[in-house]
Amino acid sequence: MPGQFETSRRSFLGLLAAGGGAAALQVPQAQAQMRATHARIVIIGAGAAGTALANRLVRRLEGAQITIIDPRVEHHYQPGLSLVAAGLKPARYVVSQTSDWLPDGVSLRAERVVAVDPVAQSVTTDAGAQLDYDFLVVAPGLILDHDAIDGFSLDMVGQNGIGALYGGPQCAARTWDAAARFVEEGGRAVFTRPATEMKCAGAPLKHSFLIDDLLRRAGNRGAAELAYIVPQTSLFGVPIVSEKVRMLFDDRGVNSIFQRTLTSVDADRKIATFRDQDGGLHDEAYDYLHVIPPQRAPDFVVQSGLSWADRWTDQGWVACDPATLRHNSYPNIWALGDVAGVPKGKTAASVKWQVPVVEDHLIAAIDGREGTATYDGYTSCPLITRIGRAMLVEFDYHNNLVPSFPGMIAPLEELWISWLMKEVALKATYNAMLRGMA
Amino acid sequence: MKELTLETLIAVFQEMFGAGLFWALVAAALLITAGWIYVLFRDRSLGMRQFLIAQLFMPLGAVLAVWFVMAMTDSRLSDIGGPVDLIVVLGIAGLGAVGGAILVYTTERLFFRKATPPA
Repeated sequence: MPGQFETSRRSFLGLLAAGGGAAALQVPQAQAQMRATHARIVIIGAGAAGTALANRLVRRLEGAQITIIDPRVEHHYQPGLSLVAAGLKPARYVVSQTSDWLPDGVSLRAERVVAVDPVAQSVTTDAGAQLDYDFLVVAPGLILDHDAIDGFSLDMVGQNGIGALYGGPQCAARTWDAAARFVEEGGRAVFTRPATEMKCAGAPLKHSFLIDDLLRRAGNRGAAELAYIVPQTSLFGVPIVSEKVRMLFDDRGVNSIFQRTLTSVDADRKIATFRDQDGGLHDEAYDYLHVIPPQRAPDFVVQSGLSWADRWTDQGWVACDPATLRHNSYPNIWALGDVAGVPKGKTAASVKWQVPVVEDHLIAAIDGREGTATYDGYTSCPLITRIGRAMLVEFDYHNNLVPSFPGMIAPLEELWISWLMKEVALKATYNAMLRGMA
Repeated sequence: MKELTLETLIAVFQEMFGAGLFWALVAAALLITAGWIYVLFRDRSLGMRQFLIAQLFMPLGAVLAVWFVMAMTDSRLSDIGGPVDLIVVLGIAGLGAVGGAILVYTTERLFFRKATPPA
């Protein structure tokens, strides 16, 4: 848009850095022309992706029948969970109501989807309702498969040194209960991650770094040993970031053990058991254990034939074009957010860049033409390395770093400004995204 | 985000300080600025004595501003990790210094004018 303040991720962060610059701002200009349509659009999931898309679609479509299906009453700001689990924010920091974010003109059904018939173009819910659609967006998020870890359940979190911040706001708060005791008492902490794809691959690293920092602040680091035990062969999916994290772990004294997957927890004995690549089992004693369970698509995705047939077969992510997120077999279906079977980025930052792409293609489809927007896997991770510092890591499908401020905010440098973005600017940006404003 | 709007920036700052404190700060800043403009127009000259005293308060304003931001963001000065951080801190300090000077000058001219007439 000529005269508009463009590339605003950069501009926004730049303004934050400069601490001002309101003169450069403009009031949003009139939205693009509304399209009249009677299209029936069904969005499965009212999380970050579904909500943001619904808000954007109502501004562009007149007369469309938009239905969003999600049984969850609460909306969770998931990027805040790592702050809750380190005692930096209360549980309520991440909680709002799903209905708070949805615009007029969108019908919310608080039901769970049990099946999609992509040929007959209908969705069935657990209330027995059958909804026919012209266009479907699959954005239900993912399933945290806690049952896959023997001896573990979410009600154990917060006791006997067990944490699991992915489990939601209360679990994150209880994780802090357990972590705070460990910080006081010291001992051996074991941090894990699953063998599957996962939300925000930076979160287990952030949690490890924060526990390390909290121990140092408590003057107790010498009384603690930290072990990061994971199934992967590196610390982060992007090699150059992995190397940097390796150096930081060396500096902080965090031991890394690779190619070991958490299989069971014995809470009474405080023993976590890991399986290596040859099937051998290894017991690891812990005083604090952070569990991140395997993750997979909801059952209806697999059962409805929407998943990849030859990739992630144990996880069931939606088979879609990584650039357009359009389903490979059903052109009137798109995947958004965590459930999308794309190489990278189960994060809110990915969602922010995916949503306008799906919006473009969906509206183009209503107009009977092809959309032009593409997504190249951009995601970002303000990787906290201690309270007060983070690295603003931004990358794409190709493992390229794509910094917003080359030469100014170095992606692999621990900076205060990157911490400010995570701690204060991210939630507001996220909220603006939910409302379709960012 | 694709576009930066005033609404987004306001949302960011509300998030940072909480809505109540944010709008109280905005109101205070507007009130002080309005008072400053008022005394400038009313007096049609700069009171050099008050201006000097106001300048003496600039370091205090700078320190208070940096302390405020650090306290609000669970941060410490030792978190400054690179040149860009230093620029941000200096920017905050600069804003605090200028804001503090304007506050002190306006207060003096509004409430203590008779005791300290313009030079």
